Amino acid sequence: MYAQMVKSEAADESAEAQAFQARIDAGEKIEPKDWMPAGYRKTLIRQIGQHAHSEIVGQLPEGNWITRAPTLERKAILLAKVQDEAGHGLYLYCAAETLGVSRDELTEMLLDGRMKYSSIFNYPTLTWADMGAVGWLVDGAAIMNQVPLQRTSFGPYSRAMIRVCKEESFHQRQGYDIMMKMAQGTPEQKAMAQNALDRFWYPSLMMFGPSDADSVHSAQSMAWKIKMNTNDELRQKFVDQTVPQAEYLGLTVPDKTLKWNDEKGGYDFAEPDWAEFFEVIKGNGPCNTERLAARNKAWDDGKWVRDGLLAHAEKRNARKVAAE
Amino acid sequence: MADVTQEQLFEFLCRMGDNTLVLGHRVSEWCGHAPVLEEDIALANTALDLIGQTQMWLGLAGEVEGKGRTADDIAMLRDVWDFRNVLLAEQPNGDFGQTMMRQFLFDAWHLAMLTALTKSTHEQIAAIAAKAVKEVQYHVERSGETVIGLGDGTSESHKRMQDALDLLWPYVGEMFVSDAIDDAMAAAGIAPDLADLRAQYDAHVTPVLAEATLMIPEGGFAHKGGKTGFQHTEHLGHLLTQMQWLQRAYPGATW
Repeated sequence: MYAQMVKSEAADESAEAQAFQARIDAGEKIEPKDWMPAGYRKTLIRQIGQHAHSEIVGQLPEGNWITRAPTLERKAILLAKVQDEAGHGLYLYCAAETLGVSRDELTEMLLDGRMKYSSIFNYPTLTWADMGAVGWLVDGAAIMNQVPLQRTSFGPYSRAMIRVCKEESFHQRQGYDIMMKMAQGTPEQKAMAQNALDRFWYPSLMMFGPSDADSVHSAQSMAWKIKMNTNDELRQKFVDQTVPQAEYLGLTVPDKTLKWNDEKGGYDFAEPDWAEFFEVIKGNGPCNTERLAARNKAWDDGKWVRDGLLAHAEKRNARKVAAE
Repeated sequence: MADVTQEQLFEFLCRMGDNTLVLGHRVSEWCGHAPVLEEDIALANTALDLIGQTQMWLGLAGEVEGKGRTADDIAMLRDVWDFRNVLLAEQPNGDFGQTMMRQFLFDAWHLAMLTALTKSTHEQIAAIAAKAVKEVQYHVERSGETVIGLGDGTSESHKRMQDALDLLWPYVGEMFVSDAIDDAMAAAGIAPDLADLRAQYDAHVTPVLAEATLMIPEGGFAHKGGKTGFQHTEHLGHLLTQMQWLQRAYPGATW
């Protein structure tokens, strides 16, 4: 997911904490000025921060194709989509700021590696079909998690998710539309589409994170309603939704064990290679180095701009005060 | 009122559309790499507007030409010498300051041009201009504010903006040089006399640069060759290798 393996803090047993839990259980929203356990606050900062970072780093693999988009319309759509991702990052940083952390602090933590972003954005986008696969699979997987998060207990996060989800479903449709065009196109285009599915299938399944059915961290996050489903539930839902879409496209999901299971009413499917996932999380994915270097470069190269604009704003305020 | 030939009109529309196509492409190169998130969003927004305007200008160019070419065909399947954008538009991004200076110097011309084109005798041109001018009004406000903020910021930002202005100022003159095409458009009331736009341009640009504490370089030298297509800079060819890659590598495919 856009927030993966977020370590949850433990709850405390105080009377305030119990009253807080009762509010959550009753379906009330927690607002920034309300009392909240320190653990809830810390866990949310981690989760929302990671989610925001994923949106920001997530601009890079798609931005990689904006200058090579094949038509003016595709270029405009892709630009609009990547711009939306930056906007999602912005809402999410704002939501995190209500918890008492600044956007700059979060950015520094991303840039020096203290905070993570989703593993998926460490995979390269090699052909135009990857723009389709990213929209269809990556945004599709993100939606699985974000739709339930619209009901999350923290008000600002929930409201950010409502806005994000509206745009994400458009993103997923545009991705599928690219795949459709490719799958119905020339033999080369169809091969490109199959190749994109082959490369993005397992990394998409990894987005949900390893099984957390027995994790105490997940149990706490679920009690606080900042995590709404287990990773396995969401992964199953994603596979069940995506396989028929792949069939409709005439593409083959790269999993020979994939099989409909009548009894459970869902597909049996192969787990991704979790050893690879942990390597990616550790920094050894195919693009980790480039992604972080690109974000660091943007930040470092932009320092004089931020300083310049700030200095100007201060001068202007000083002149205004002097004039009054 | 004088008539214009189909070729002249096509040429004029390519000039408008290639400016927005090439500059939109340049601005889109920033996506994901801007100094602050808000700037990333604003740059993408500007690029998006320019690409949208390209679709309209080059779409109309294709109609006028009457050979069945679409806006995409015109954008993706011509080589350097057929491009009609001004040299300013194809200049590389450089640092953020250089990008914003290029944008401001172009936007101020673009605004004056589109404002005049809203009164064009050519109905479709007037309609495109009416839509585009609203977007460009916002572009120039933003690029002007940024030029002021960075010019009158720190000593480093000031120096970078002055360097950008020194580098790009010699590309300003080309936007106001008329040739036979421009004269024919002006005579037919389709487009304004470019020389008339210069006074408006200077009245807009000079106070902004003064507020930015920047000095306009002396001398009236102007590079040219972009809008006539006679001689682009070396930068344009590299831009096209990216922009046209898929259409060239997989001819006949639809996307």
